[in-house]
Amino acid sequence: MTKGTAMADQQAPPQQKPGRRNFLSLLGAAVGTGVAAVAAEAAPKPAIPNYDWGEHQWGYGVDATKCIGCLRCVEACKTENNVAGDAHHFRTWVERYVYLEGETSARIDSQADPVNIAASGSEGKYRFADRYKDAKVEKAFFVPKLCNHCTHPACVQVCPTGATFKTADGVVVIDHTYCIGCQYCVQACPYGARFFNEELHVTDKCTWCYHRITKGLNPACVEVCPVSARIFGDLKDKQSPISKFIKDNRVQVLKRESGNAPNVFYVGLDKEVI
Amino acid sequence: MEPLFQAMPFTGYVYPNETVFAWSVLIVVYPYLTGLVAGAFTVSSLYQVFGFERLRPVAHFALLSSLCLMIFVPTPLLLHLGHPERAFNAMLTPHLSSAMAIFGYIAAFYVLLLMLETWFVFRPYIVQQAQARRGPFGLIYRIATLGSYDVSERAMQHDRKWIFALAVIGIPAAHGLHGYVGFVFGSLKSREWWSSDLMPVIFLFSAIISGTALLIVLYVLSCWLRRVRIDLACLKGMGYAMWGFLMFALVLEGVEFGALVYRGREGIEIIMEFVTGPLVVPFFILQFTVGAVTPILVLSYLFWRGTIGTRLAVGIVVSALLVMFSVLMMRYNVVIGGQEIAKTGKGLLAYRFELFGKDGILAAAAVVVAPLVLLSIVVQFLPPWHDPEPAKA
Repeated sequence: MTKGTAMADQQAPPQQKPGRRNFLSLLGAAVGTGVAAVAAEAAPKPAIPNYDWGEHQWGYGVDATKCIGCLRCVEACKTENNVAGDAHHFRTWVERYVYLEGETSARIDSQADPVNIAASGSEGKYRFADRYKDAKVEKAFFVPKLCNHCTHPACVQVCPTGATFKTADGVVVIDHTYCIGCQYCVQACPYGARFFNEELHVTDKCTWCYHRITKGLNPACVEVCPVSARIFGDLKDKQSPISKFIKDNRVQVLKRESGNAPNVFYVGLDKEVI
Repeated sequence: MEPLFQAMPFTGYVYPNETVFAWSVLIVVYPYLTGLVAGAFTVSSLYQVFGFERLRPVAHFALLSSLCLMIFVPTPLLLHLGHPERAFNAMLTPHLSSAMAIFGYIAAFYVLLLMLETWFVFRPYIVQQAQARRGPFGLIYRIATLGSYDVSERAMQHDRKWIFALAVIGIPAAHGLHGYVGFVFGSLKSREWWSSDLMPVIFLFSAIISGTALLIVLYVLSCWLRRVRIDLACLKGMGYAMWGFLMFALVLEGVEFGALVYRGREGIEIIMEFVTGPLVVPFFILQFTVGAVTPILVLSYLFWRGTIGTRLAVGIVVSALLVMFSVLMMRYNVVIGGQEIAKTGKGLLAYRFELFGKDGILAAAAVVVAPLVLLSIVVQFLPPWHDPEPAKA
């Protein structure tokens, strides 16, 4: 993959300029607030061979009861998407929740915690340190995190240029050739899913590997997960893994009260999961 | 090689991406400058629209201050952008659901309004200079007349109508501009610290006090530099305005803070940890006690005792300096403080200042000082000190 141009060249649909089109269409009409938030729905289909984004609606599942915290997903994502190899830029990460005996709230860390980095020996290597080996652990589990590709994404709402938008097939992407790098979207995301790409001077985030899924492949993180804790598929296809996952489980979403209506569905959450 | 980013230390649990702050001290300076613009314009309007005659000595100076500050308002944003060369994307293809997309229009409209009002206010002086001066400066003034040399009473009457109309439009424009800045923060639901309906109003009142305070300081400084006697009635008028609005601002902030704590929604534990820990010095001591309560007490004492002369001037100027500092700290505590509370509600980050670099303290300080330098130049060409409209009633 071409270094540093992941979304602009390969993932964001090339014909996207919803803001511009939206502006023109609005010139003749009364200007209503909030109208632009749904601009992408009227966007023309991207020129991706053998792919019609009107035929799909992507969804993502996480079975937290299965995750073993091996962090292969994090590594695969960093490699696949040329994400900076440090402890401060992640398109996906994994959180560890540990209840020690006698404690009522969980101790939380991620692979980016200094203790875990010290254990792995490098910010570019991902490992959960055995930091609780001398304590009595009552309950412990892992929760993978990523962009929730919300139905009402706060990040898209606040973007001043329309550089970030929701595709017709349900993915929130960023046009790296149009983003001005104001980082308002980074502030607006309640999940901490966005970060600033210092190399390209634009914001960056998970795209569910749009360049892969539009070719019929799974996102890299789903592909490498050894325990199938990450599930991906087409919500329009009732036989897809994600449709079955949602049908067979009582799923939850993160920070439902935000009103963003996330599209990453979880099984096995806990009151402590944030 | 300079590192590409600076990661902030944290306690508790924060999302990994949160360790790099999205908004630096430049974004502290941005609402500070717009606040000064709105505040200075308020002082100008108190004379132009509401007829506060005692503010006449600073009315035109306030207008020029507002203009010079406004010209520099976009600079902290441009410096901060990852792609400043694409800044106009927000105006060419504004995303209408974005609060920030509208900034370019409001700012451009307001700069035009300020330039127009300044032109009308200084037109008689410009015409006089254009006719009297030769050489390059004369040429500048002749261009500045825009071909209009009519300074007859009829024309002046026409001008006064324009000035009044522009000043009236300018009030909602200036306050809308700054209220909108408050909305940029207050409308975000991702941060409990920002998410408040009161945010635009709080920004507005703090803007008015900071702009008035700036004018107090600049006016006294200008009198001192020009060896002119300070118009104490005018100074006291501004002192009254600052005093009154300061109390409003304090009440609003108190209500907002009280409501946040009292509601005690999810994450309140970490907010309380923040408030009783890292926020004690910047908020309770610097912003609240030193910057707000002290000037209220000083001004109350001065007004109660009927102090006059140099002591009054010194008291008001010291209070004004404290108020300016308090509002700067308020901006800091909102912009930086908001980012220090992790979105996880389970951790705190600590902002580390950069000295150099485009997001550093020096750049931010330069952005604050630049409009004052511009103002010191502009007043040479358009002296606001004497009344440029001899016929003005």
